[in-house]
Amino acid sequence: MENRIISLFQRKDKNILSVYFTAGYPNLNDTQAIISQLELNGADLIEIGMPFSDPVADGLVIQQSSEIALKNGMTIHLLFQQLKEIRKSVSIPLILMGYLNPVMQYGIENFCKQCSETGIDGTIIPDLPLEIYEAEYKVYFEKNSLSNIFLITPQTPEERIRKIDACSKGFIYMVSSSSTTGAKESVGNEQIIYFERIQKMELNSKRLIGFGISDMASFERASNYANGAIIGSAFITALSGEPSLERNVLTFMQKFQ
Amino acid sequence: MNYQSDNKGYYGTFGGAFIPEMMYQNINQLQNCYLEIIESSTFKQEFRQLLEDYAGRPSPLYYSDRLSEHYNTHIYLKREDLNHTGSHKINNTIGQILLAKRLGKTRIIAETGAGQHGVATATVCARAGLECIVYMGEVDVARQSPNVEKMKMLGAEVRSVQSGSKTLKDATNEAIRDWINNPVDTHYIIGSVVGPHPYPDMVARFQSVISEEIRVQLKAKTGRETPDYVIACVGGGSNAAGAFYHFLNDPDVKLIAVEAAGKGVASGESAATTQLGRPGVLHGSRSLLMQTADGQVIEPYSISAGLDYPGIGPMHANLFITKRAQFLSATDDEALKAALYLSQKEGIIPALESAHALAALEMIEFKPDEIIVVNISGRGDKDMETYLKYYQSLK
Ligand SMILES: Cc1ncc(COP(=O)(O)O)c(C=O)c1O
Repeated sequence: MENRIISLFQRKDKNILSVYFTAGYPNLNDTQAIISQLELNGADLIEIGMPFSDPVADGLVIQQSSEIALKNGMTIHLLFQQLKEIRKSVSIPLILMGYLNPVMQYGIENFCKQCSETGIDGTIIPDLPLEIYEAEYKVYFEKNSLSNIFLITPQTPEERIRKIDACSKGFIYMVSSSSTTGAKESVGNEQIIYFERIQKMELNSKRLIGFGISDMASFERASNYANGAIIGSAFITALSGEPSLERNVLTFMQKFQ
Repeated sequence: MNYQSDNKGYYGTFGGAFIPEMMYQNINQLQNCYLEIIESSTFKQEFRQLLEDYAGRPSPLYYSDRLSEHYNTHIYLKREDLNHTGSHKINNTIGQILLAKRLGKTRIIAETGAGQHGVATATVCARAGLECIVYMGEVDVARQSPNVEKMKMLGAEVRSVQSGSKTLKDATNEAIRDWINNPVDTHYIIGSVVGPHPYPDMVARFQSVISEEIRVQLKAKTGRETPDYVIACVGGGSNAAGAFYHFLNDPDVKLIAVEAAGKGVASGESAATTQLGRPGVLHGSRSLLMQTADGQVIEPYSISAGLDYPGIGPMHANLFITKRAQFLSATDDEALKAALYLSQKEGIIPALESAHALAALEMIEFKPDEIIVVNISGRGDKDMETYLKYYQSLK
């Protein structure tokens, strides 16, 4: 079967809206409902966070959602169980995002196989660097048609961006500024200069911009320089309050219509 | 057998650099230039001079009559407690601050558990005129308050960390996050032989002065360059790495690493990583790690803030797996007892961390003609509150 990430970008290459949430937050069994509501309300792609006790690349919001998700009892085993039937109702691409250690303990080979059987299209593992992935892990991902997504940052040298471009299947995750995850006030000029620099490189890969994208204004601004953008912390913050999960997702997603 | 890291930072299957892309530039730069810089003659000259004139090296190798008598063997204490700032941590921070200067960095961050590394970092930053921010878990801020005050007096900013178990692991997470947010002007002075390559090797090299001196001092005192045993405590493992370094390829020297058993290895409140851990990835390297079946890091426990860490450096994981070093563990009580004993028999109040190494003397059968070196990694000033409580409880 064709990888859903690749077909998404073939179908649509502007204003792609990707949303991240932490599995197991706010409640242990919200996973399916959040995915369905996101698809229903216009998300093009979903990143499902596998919580980790020590998320060093994350700011406070995702640290806290991860802590609560773990307290609620979330594990990779449980997540695969929750997602078992997901492809009966959801057709947009799904990506699992999380740190290396829990995936390693689950077993890389088994993890990739489970992803494929569940209908997961890609992975983002921030602390698995390109070189180690290529040398030790790639075979298992490719065998199961999984796109492993790599990040670039404002500090990534041009030569390395080219290398990442050549190794990427799916898209490149452009980290919007030198920072951990978390909503910022706005997308500033320094970031625009970086976005333009990458745009001018005319990479082969599609690009989504993430970290600090929080509302329609920052989404539109970022999307001007890439194929779309990724929202994480702002969505998680919106999920937590009253009145209900459905209403919260709807209210949040309406801002992007 | 080679117990050093290869050029990618691997000690056997442990080590490497498992870092998010946000750290790539800084780590890559360090990997590419650290050896060239620290092996250069001007660097070495400056480093040696500061160790001598500023830190007070060489630290004495002291023959302890009374411990030797008590254990019926020959016991020497390597007095890292007499270094400026009170522990071995200064060896590493002097090296790293010289490196940071050469890299043109203007802002220094560090994590600290017992506060010894924080103080040693604040100290070298004061001297170098660089901004210094130290991350310290809230629990440790409370239990090592004299060191917090020292860091402040030295001009550093101490940031209390509220996440997780509020100890060393969480302070390290916060320091890594700071570096991700400040990649250009900042150098991260890691305090132990942990973290992504090249930190474990680099910190071990800076600390290796400990065993370099032991060889010379022992030769002068006994005619032998090598002891039968070297004993050191292991948090992340920097004082042990330094004390073992120049003996790694002397198979007759038994290397004893002592971890913190906390309230007992099986109590659920422990930091004995080799007994409780499995291979895993944390803070940028693959090593042994205390973790759940699902790969979540288990919050460790030890009365000693400097040993309260759920992992060990990759070099030590390899020494454990290859059996080059023997790993023992001492409980809170055993360490407290050993600290009191040394204080009253030798007039030396050791750090709680070092007291774990002393506790191992009770666990080994020594022969009368053997030579034992115990690394006294630091002094106990910072632990007086804990010691007083213990002492009063005995009355
Ligand atoms: C006196 C002393 N010894 C030992 C340690 C443990 O660190 P390492 O295992 O890196 O030597 C510390 C850490 O704070 C310390 O202060």
